[in-house]
Amino acid sequence: MRTELRLGFFLLLTPLVLWLSLLIIIPHIDMFLVSLRERIGVGKYQLSLANYLTFLEEPLYLWTFLRTALMSIMATLITLVIAFPVSFYIAKMVKGRLQAVLFLLCLVPFWVSELVRTFGWMILLRETGVISNFLQWAGLVSGPVEMLYNDVAIMIGLVYTSMLFMVVPLVTTLESLDDAVIEAGYDLGGSGPSILREIIIPHAMPGIVSGSIVVFMLSLGNYLTPRILGGKDSLWFTELIYSQFIVRFNWELGAAFGFMLLILSSVIVWGMLRLTGQTLEKTMG
Amino acid sequence: MPVPPFDFEVVFAMVPDLECRELTKRFGDNLAVGNVSFQVPPGSFFSILGPSGCGKTTIMRMIAGFLAPTSGDILIKGNTVLNVAPNKRPVNMVFQHLALFPMMNIADNIGYGLRRQGMPKAEIKRRVAEVLERIGLPDVAMRRVDELSGGQKQRIAIARCMVLEPDVLLLDEPLGALDLKLREHMKIELKALQADFDTTFVYITHDQSEALVMSDQIAVMNDGRFEQIGTARELYYRPESAFVAGFVGDANRWSGRVERLNGVEVELLSDSGMRIKGSGHGRNLAKGDPAVIYVRPEAIELARTKADLSNPDTMISGRVSSVLFNGADSRILVRADDGGVEIEVALPQTGDCSDMRQGDEVHLGWNANQGNCFQGGGD
Repeated sequence: MRTELRLGFFLLLTPLVLWLSLLIIIPHIDMFLVSLRERIGVGKYQLSLANYLTFLEEPLYLWTFLRTALMSIMATLITLVIAFPVSFYIAKMVKGRLQAVLFLLCLVPFWVSELVRTFGWMILLRETGVISNFLQWAGLVSGPVEMLYNDVAIMIGLVYTSMLFMVVPLVTTLESLDDAVIEAGYDLGGSGPSILREIIIPHAMPGIVSGSIVVFMLSLGNYLTPRILGGKDSLWFTELIYSQFIVRFNWELGAAFGFMLLILSSVIVWGMLRLTGQTLEKTMG
Repeated sequence: MPVPPFDFEVVFAMVPDLECRELTKRFGDNLAVGNVSFQVPPGSFFSILGPSGCGKTTIMRMIAGFLAPTSGDILIKGNTVLNVAPNKRPVNMVFQHLALFPMMNIADNIGYGLRRQGMPKAEIKRRVAEVLERIGLPDVAMRRVDELSGGQKQRIAIARCMVLEPDVLLLDEPLGALDLKLREHMKIELKALQADFDTTFVYITHDQSEALVMSDQIAVMNDGRFEQIGTARELYYRPESAFVAGFVGDANRWSGRVERLNGVEVELLSDSGMRIKGSGHGRNLAKGDPAVIYVRPEAIELARTKADLSNPDTMISGRVSSVLFNGADSRILVRADDGGVEIEVALPQTGDCSDMRQGDEVHLGWNANQGNCFQGGGD
């Protein structure tokens, strides 16, 4: 009986262990080792922290990282502000079929590849695009308007891409809130904003936190959207990593950048959790 | 026209805390509440008793303000509240599943309404402590909601409303989720809390014993309408409709046709051929009408021999078909010698009937005024 239980336990654990070790742990160990190498000659390497020092000493790299992080935080906040009312409407205001339909509508854009979706935004925003043409037709502007290749375009793309990952956890947590609790709030004299602040948001906090973490990480690690909508000067940190690996062929520095991204983003998430008084256990449990 | 002198005491005493006038609610074509009118005098315990789906929750939600009536008026202390939002009404509600705020501790739960009124923090703290003392839970202020037992949560839910000193407290089947023992205990406690706070309670339930034990006045509701409003005693002993007679308390029921009328006394020839006497209590019955008679199990006299009976109007002989022992509430089922339905009779645990066994010969009887006769078909 006992050995059988153990066997079952290991069998169930195997896929997870394989997935983690083959795709996450082993590549990261290798990356870490690569990042600690310094090339001193053709095919000659030595152990050093030079790559990390390069990152810290070159202001462009640091500024790019800072910019990426701040833009990602902003994208997360905007996504949250837009997704919260949407989720509340889906979870609490509509019932039955309509609820399922609305939820599905949030999902529909994800049946199309991210590349196609991003090109959709290009068709809308570019100089010869739909919005520019419409403004000219309406007589509001005299010439074509370029709305691509700036930070606003990047932000629109990031928020759009992330929306579902915020809506799903929020709908789940909001659905678990008993309607009677909201009614009790009204009954005891609460107004709309106070019920939102004291009852609904505290209840939805696990959903807000897990949604925000996912959206923040996705934005920070996004390559396609900033690249296509922001153009070649968009200064997104993942682009730096890409160019080190593929363009400059400097795997050592690229690996160090990758590690810095991992460390710094973990620090930011941890800091945000501390700042809002949340813990991972509370969010995931 | 001369204006009568304004006597504050008299006017004040006469204004009911809660009054509903011809309250009606339709959901589409569906009539949920039809033309319901009632008054609840200050400081009384008023219950609305009815089977699930009879519209009692709809009435309560209209009083609380979560639903707007299709027509009719709701007055609290003489003022209409139809245009008052639920968060401004001087009524509070204890929800079926209590709806305590799980994200707050007990003190914050109770203080919620006071905070919304903008009361200073120190005053809130004092009032919360006072109400906790009053409900007998002075030490739970800092606890979380899920650390309390069912009965404690119940009291917190009531305290959360009472701290706001509402004119009327609405209770929506709050004992439904408790186990039997605790429910019995909470019945007594609720009544005591109501007397202690001296607030008008409006209580809705489908459990007749909750309504009978606690209420000053009970309205029995069926299919969106009030069947009867009265005290527990009136409903039990003088039901005004067949529904009330069947719903409140247990009763044996015979349907048949009116055979003979003698003042209020009615003799019914039941469908199974028995002659049963009852009282019409002033209801309009005529010879040959289809009618039903209800007789309470405890109103039936029970004896081992015919001679032991005190010569009641109706006498039936039969045999015990089963004994349902339940302590003080024990019953026997009797199959009459001349057929018909099994008759449920209360079995006193004192006297020579207490050791009644299955198959024993018994004699039953009751006087005409113990039977309630209503006009009606044999449904």
